[in-house]
Amino acid sequence: MLVNPRLSMLSRSISLLSRSSQLRARLFSSSAPAASETVNYTLPEGSFQTYECDPPSHDIKVNKEETINMYKQMVLMRRLETTADGLYKSKHIRGFCHLCTGQEAVAVGMEAAITPDDHVITAYRCHGFTLVRGQTPHAILAELMGELAFSLTSLCKGGSMHMFSKNFYGGNGIVGAQVPVGAGIAFAQQYLNTKQATYILYGDGAANQGQVFEAYNISKLWNLPAIYVCENNHYGMGTSASRSSADTNYFARGQYIPGLRVNGMDILAVRQACSWAKDWVLSDKGPLVLEMVTYRYGGHSMSDPGTSYRTREEIQHMRSTNDPITGLKQRLLDLDFLTESETKQIDKDARATIDEAVKLAHNDPFPDETELYTYIFVEGSEPPFVRGREKEEVGHVVHKQ
Amino acid sequence: MNGNLPRNGLRKLFGSVERVVGLSSSSSILGVKNTRINGVGNLVAFGGVGVAGLKSLAGSQRRQYSTPAEEKMTVRDALNQALEEELIADERVFLLGEEVGQYNGAYKVSKGLLDKFGPKRIIDTPITEAGFAGLAVGAALAGLRPICEFMTFNFAMQAIDHIINSAAKLHYMAGGTVQCPIVFRGPNGYAASVGAQHSQDYASWYGSIPGLKAAIRDPNPVVFLENELQYGVSFPISAEVLSKDFQLPIGKAKIIREGKDVTLVAHSRPLNFCLEAAEKLQAEDGISAEIINLRSIRPLDVDTIVASVKKTNHLVSVESGFPFFGLGSELSALIMESEAFDYLDAPVERVTGADVPTPYAFNLEALAFPTVDTIQWGTEAQLGNSLRCLDTTTWKKIIFLLAVALMQSVDKKGYPSLVHALMEVAYFNW
Repeated sequence: MLVNPRLSMLSRSISLLSRSSQLRARLFSSSAPAASETVNYTLPEGSFQTYECDPPSHDIKVNKEETINMYKQMVLMRRLETTADGLYKSKHIRGFCHLCTGQEAVAVGMEAAITPDDHVITAYRCHGFTLVRGQTPHAILAELMGELAFSLTSLCKGGSMHMFSKNFYGGNGIVGAQVPVGAGIAFAQQYLNTKQATYILYGDGAANQGQVFEAYNISKLWNLPAIYVCENNHYGMGTSASRSSADTNYFARGQYIPGLRVNGMDILAVRQACSWAKDWVLSDKGPLVLEMVTYRYGGHSMSDPGTSYRTREEIQHMRSTNDPITGLKQRLLDLDFLTESETKQIDKDARATIDEAVKLAHNDPFPDETELYTYIFVEGSEPPFVRGREKEEVGHVVHKQ
Repeated sequence: MNGNLPRNGLRKLFGSVERVVGLSSSSSILGVKNTRINGVGNLVAFGGVGVAGLKSLAGSQRRQYSTPAEEKMTVRDALNQALEEELIADERVFLLGEEVGQYNGAYKVSKGLLDKFGPKRIIDTPITEAGFAGLAVGAALAGLRPICEFMTFNFAMQAIDHIINSAAKLHYMAGGTVQCPIVFRGPNGYAASVGAQHSQDYASWYGSIPGLKAAIRDPNPVVFLENELQYGVSFPISAEVLSKDFQLPIGKAKIIREGKDVTLVAHSRPLNFCLEAAEKLQAEDGISAEIINLRSIRPLDVDTIVASVKKTNHLVSVESGFPFFGLGSELSALIMESEAFDYLDAPVERVTGADVPTPYAFNLEALAFPTVDTIQWGTEAQLGNSLRCLDTTTWKKIIFLLAVALMQSVDKKGYPSLVHALMEVAYFNW
């Protein structure tokens, strides 16, 4: 199965992925589904691997409309990131920019399993989560391009790494720092008795941060409704998992916290795992560690071509055998939920949506210069003025109504 | 209300607190009490301002602070009371930190709170600063109002990323859509014989961060620095301050001693030394020193300092932090940039901690931080060129030199002129 013997460190996860990539959907319902029909479906064996817990059921319900929407969201997300890549290369986007191309199933699958009332926090690879958490492509692109859209997330003060939405807390730029912050969000749910779950995402690189284990310890100690989700894309920047982690079984690294490894390239498995995890934490069983085995096609950020520490063959192999969009598309075709021509139309629609968003963002003005001085402090609690670069340059804070 | 503050010393709240970094007034420190934790962040530093009262202060100084002091209260008790009032006032307020619950606090600031509020709201954490500080920030983002206690601010270094990157900057980065109402508090400053890693003043560290402030009822992140050595010191406190709704204004400095010759600016524990030094300067040199308690480091009450300097024409900055890039550095720059510069009769003088890691040895440690003597020397140096401060002996010398110069000018140039002679004296002596 491996295309290159140097990839042995990926063997475990790749074999997991490739099994599922064969997509042997075993349909219990043989009749042709009608519109908005729900069918029974069995996830491939090997979708999950457990640590100190029983796995979620492999038998799931698949609703036509919902699944098509998931597909559309993934296509839109990939188009958004591809466009951001182009805009970066044409110098319309600057600074750090981390794309999630290849990892779409994690964000979309998770969102499909939860409600807008649940909470999500992640690190700087956040465009996809921002999209599924309710921000428009226009808002995201405008933020990236530093141009002010009315629906903007951060008034262009955050940029690529710091995007926010309702019950989505960013966008933290410090590797691993979002993990204890996420535990705090879960703490607040417990304190307020909201019966809402908090999903805390971090990468395989961040998994070695000491504060991750501090958060594990506290959340287990206090039985917090925290779901730690390690997006294992196999590389922390240019360092492969096996070169950074003494134990690459990220789902088992909570020690006293049960864990589940999930085929993160299979959106239905992601959705099932996230749904199961929500039930787990809301039944007061304490925190969980999920490991989403996934893969990023691009470099770590725009300055990384992504080919110096892995082979082009490896990337190509992942794309051709494990792509989350292709995988779901094949299922939708097998289930007769979609036709080839309909999938082409979905691609076209996504392209049109993003093109329109780019056009809108291009026409947006840059932020007003007075915005430099706003929202340093909460409105109504700010000092009378803020110093600029020299003593005569003074910002008088006037918040936009 | 403000008027009373100085006299009363910090009120219960502030009274105790030494400095808030972020600084706000002392009261805010507690922030708890006064400032509801709302928000994001200003740092306040308390100075021990009011604090007052060090035991070492002479009775007369003490009188200044306490007018009709009905009651006395230690800084520790003031903090405890402020915490309790905030916990009662808002269900969303909770206290977490190492040993705050069953142990009643490493410095007993949270004594009795576990019994009153239970383990849901008074929470003992593991010794993992990054973990629990990050958790407190997350709880604030999700709608709670945490008071995060560090056993000392030396240990907050483990979590400074969360104070600055996770808390102080978030509101700005999110374009105002996210708030982080949290108070980070705990003992700060140099302590006694504990060595370099446990003895340091972080006021200027937190004071340099936009987005941080001080005080609990503030909607911003607040850093409240309390002075470790002041916890057990008592200050007079008025009935007004004792009322549960009393709040000190954040960002308002307090003139705790009126004077006309020189302005001393300080916060926290060194204020006590300033008061003592002022008495000595008055007695020995006839110098009348005005003392300003900053109470809050950020926001910094520049207006009060400028007004005082315009009156006294001299400024001495006193702090226990390192001299490089410290509070005195910022004060000097701010004065240079203000209209007060034109009123200065001498360069600003800085009295600071020495630029060394805090040593353990008793005699060396004593040389590392401002004392009454160093403040007195600094102030005398500041005023050294000012005629009105000169003693009789110096005046006699000047008159003698003047006479000599007058005679010399007659001898050499043949046209005695008092004006000319004065110019020469000025040239050679000043």
